[in-house]
Amino acid sequence: MNASTAAQAADIVAALLFVLSLAGLSQHHTARAGVAYGIAGMAAALVATVVVAGRSVSAGPIVLILVAGAIGAAVGLWRARRVEMTQMPELIAVLHSLVGLAAVLIGWNSYLEVADRDPGTAEALTGSLLRIHHAEVFIGIFIGAVTFTGSVIAFLKLSARIKSRPLTLPGKNLLNVGALVAFVALTVWFTAAPSLGLMIAVTVLALALGWHLVASIGGGDMPVVVSMLNSYSGWAAAAAGFLLDNNLLIVTGALVGSSGAYLSYVMCRAMNRSFLSVIAGGFGIEAPAGGTEEQGEHREISAEDTANALAAATEVIITPGYGMAVAQAQHPVAELTRRLRERGVTVRFGVHPVAGRLPGHMNVLLAEARVPYDVVLEMDEINDDFAGTSVVLVIGANDTVNPAATDDPSSPIAGMPVLRVWEAEHVVVFKRSMASGYAGVQNPLFFRENSSMLFGDAKESVEAILRELAAADPAPGTRTPQAQPAPA
Amino acid sequence: MTAPPQRIGVAAESTAGETRVAATPDTVRRLTALGYEVVVEPGAGTASGFTDPAYAEAGATVGDPWHTDVVLKVNAPSPDEVRRLKDGATVVGLLAPAQNPGLLELLASRPLTALSMDAVPRISRAQSLDVLSSMANIAGYRAVVEAAHAFGRFFTGQVTAAGKVPPAKVLVAGAGVAGLAAIGAAGSLGAVVRATDPRAEVADQVRSLGGEFLPVEVEQEASGDGYARATSEAYDRRAAEIYSEQTRDVDIVVTTALIPGRPAPRLITAEQVASMKPGSVIVDMAAAQGGNVEGTVAGRSVVTDNGVTIIGYTDLAGRLPAQASQLYGTNLVNLLKLLTPERDGRLTLDLEDVVQRSVTVVHEGTTLWPPPPVAVSSAPAQTPPAAAPAEPPPPRRLSERGRYGLVGLGMLALFGLIAVSPARLAANFTVFALAVVIGYYVIGKVHHALHTPLMSVTNAISGIVVVGAVLQIGHGPPAVTWLAFLAVLLTTVNVFGGFAVTRRMLGMFSKG
Repeated sequence: MNASTAAQAADIVAALLFVLSLAGLSQHHTARAGVAYGIAGMAAALVATVVVAGRSVSAGPIVLILVAGAIGAAVGLWRARRVEMTQMPELIAVLHSLVGLAAVLIGWNSYLEVADRDPGTAEALTGSLLRIHHAEVFIGIFIGAVTFTGSVIAFLKLSARIKSRPLTLPGKNLLNVGALVAFVALTVWFTAAPSLGLMIAVTVLALALGWHLVASIGGGDMPVVVSMLNSYSGWAAAAAGFLLDNNLLIVTGALVGSSGAYLSYVMCRAMNRSFLSVIAGGFGIEAPAGGTEEQGEHREISAEDTANALAAATEVIITPGYGMAVAQAQHPVAELTRRLRERGVTVRFGVHPVAGRLPGHMNVLLAEARVPYDVVLEMDEINDDFAGTSVVLVIGANDTVNPAATDDPSSPIAGMPVLRVWEAEHVVVFKRSMASGYAGVQNPLFFRENSSMLFGDAKESVEAILRELAAADPAPGTRTPQAQPAPA
Repeated sequence: MTAPPQRIGVAAESTAGETRVAATPDTVRRLTALGYEVVVEPGAGTASGFTDPAYAEAGATVGDPWHTDVVLKVNAPSPDEVRRLKDGATVVGLLAPAQNPGLLELLASRPLTALSMDAVPRISRAQSLDVLSSMANIAGYRAVVEAAHAFGRFFTGQVTAAGKVPPAKVLVAGAGVAGLAAIGAAGSLGAVVRATDPRAEVADQVRSLGGEFLPVEVEQEASGDGYARATSEAYDRRAAEIYSEQTRDVDIVVTTALIPGRPAPRLITAEQVASMKPGSVIVDMAAAQGGNVEGTVAGRSVVTDNGVTIIGYTDLAGRLPAQASQLYGTNLVNLLKLLTPERDGRLTLDLEDVVQRSVTVVHEGTTLWPPPPVAVSSAPAQTPPAAAPAEPPPPRRLSERGRYGLVGLGMLALFGLIAVSPARLAANFTVFALAVVIGYYVIGKVHHALHTPLMSVTNAISGIVVVGAVLQIGHGPPAVTWLAFLAVLLTTVNVFGGFAVTRRMLGMFSKG
């Protein structure tokens, strides 16, 4: 055994640990082990790489590596500890952008380094190998840069620093295709005659493409975008692996890339749309016209009446959406769940696959508020149960509970699978106002006879219901109504 | 200066046998909340079980309802009652304007306004005013109760010590509001329920109430205005066959078929009635419009020679007077809410609004009936000829051959690519291709709740590009080292941040 075979062995071990990690993450009871495998794999890979690097360079660079690593680790841990669960989508988008940027840097480095090699030595690449190397540099930079700006735009949209409305430049599909064609042309040119100008050109082109791709996708499609960017960051890592002839990078990048692509596919299926139409940013364009007109009269309900309805119910289903995250209402909702369960009411959650701005976002929020995960069900698991449910609370969800998706073939969201909340006896919709959802589609649910609207901030509304419940029946251990602040 | 609030009069019904009343103490309270003063005729609610003191307690005065600004009624006013209305008054009720041209003429001969609750358009915005639906719902329920009363058996099947009782079989013809209510009521009594309707799109609604939908499989255009239409000849023939089969089999038949403005369609012939078992019951809910069943007598229950009871009551909704009054009263409250946008007790009619335009049959002495047609927003078929697919077209799937072709093409491309590449690249491609497949399968069964943790862990793992950057530090020109330094820094944020946040999230998931 020598250092290089040991490093190779470490790479294989790390790759397998990553596979185990992803496999573990697909079930609740193995998820924690999955993370442990991932960390172990990463540690093995890092130690082996640093040891190998240490043999070919002097102490200075090693110190640099350790310093950079230490700073990066400190920042990463700090962000991970501080982030609000409602801001997970933003954090993940930022992390994706880092991988993309790193891939760009590695591509540039590889170009500079190879160009710097002394021609004629054994190390220098010649002939077809050099041309392949040049193509790899381009592909790596291209994917990395698209990931980088795409993630940055996604972050800006998610954190509401820019409008989440889709950007619609004239001929946007042509722009995307044109950018791809230009990229291929540049690559061919570069393999024949490499130059710094072409490097800059391809970087700028890819940055612009990444910006345009995500800018033209609407806010409602963010779950798909985030998982798509996740996939891209994997492909960027794989491209870097090709470039550096490093199997570990290729394996890991491909794992992440294909799993992310699969996840995006799951999301798209949940919205009944083709992957291409989402990444081409076609949604939201045909949406408005006619969809936003008032369709009837809605009925309002007070927190008190909602509390009474809940107290009298036997089966309650809560369908949360992005509005719950925005209002930070997950804790009062969890409290409401506990309170109702104590009273013998069956409370369950129905989560639409694309609820929130991140795949599985609602689950994380509910978990944060300590809602047991076995009462949080997926759309397909719970959709047939709405018919037998007394009360459904729709908290900050809109498009995912829109009956137009099943009833109205002309609706822009026609055919999208939705939670059939309207089959329940009574639906209470928590909403700030009568504005339409991200898709810009009016929701006939609000005008159904069995729906009532509870207007206001979701958090305050749920807290008001909690107060009413406590006032009606002070359960042991809870504060008396007198000790509560006056209802708003 | 605000004008004084207007007064609403709730008149007692003069029509013989009418048990309903246009307002209950509950709806009086809601009318008062809109700013109106309410006057209730003495004894108006007696037949529905609402006493005068109950109305008074709800804020109404008991007195003469006719000398008010708005008179609420259930049935159309008699000529005598119209004379008692004061000039400028508004009268609201079920006026049946299509059947009552004489009444409209009489109303229009004076500066009166008449709103007909049975002219509410079938659009979702107007659902809360739709009396026909709310009454049909009650009538459908009551039809089953009447049938159960006349039927000498259980509805539900039972196995008792004294022997086995088979469940009753119920056929409901027409799955509109009344039909659906009947399906629900019969189903909850334990009967086996079947239903027919020309509109194939109601099949799901029938099933949702536990009924079995008997489709009539011929071409039939979809409903454009939410009401049933007259049917085609081929349809009628096939439907007649179904009725012949069913009448021999079932114990109870409830017919609800009505076409607006026309006599009720004849669904069940005398022979079919004769083929039914003795003791069977038919409730013909269309009796008032001539009946769906041959032999129906409107307003009465008759027994045929072979012992089949045909119930032709026309007051089914009125047989649940308290409930019917409450729902009708609520419909009226919703109408007045629409007409009192300021909540100031002043009725303002906006004839630009399609709902208000439709219900207004006479406006200040001018006849406005019939209203311009209203397209129904909830109807699934606005595009007439294309037979409007109720279901969106299924996502395009590749044919089997196309799929093989695609896989073959992909394999060939991969083969070509690897075969011509140098050994180093070929090895890389091998690893890459296999890893892609593993990545796809390993994620295949991921639990939906774990999507976010999965994403953050894959994110941490994709931080593996740190390896590339580490290997570049110290090689080539200084610029490389510094760029690599930056890359290492960025990716370690990823690695540590990703794993840490995943652990944090997973720590939160707990089982109940």
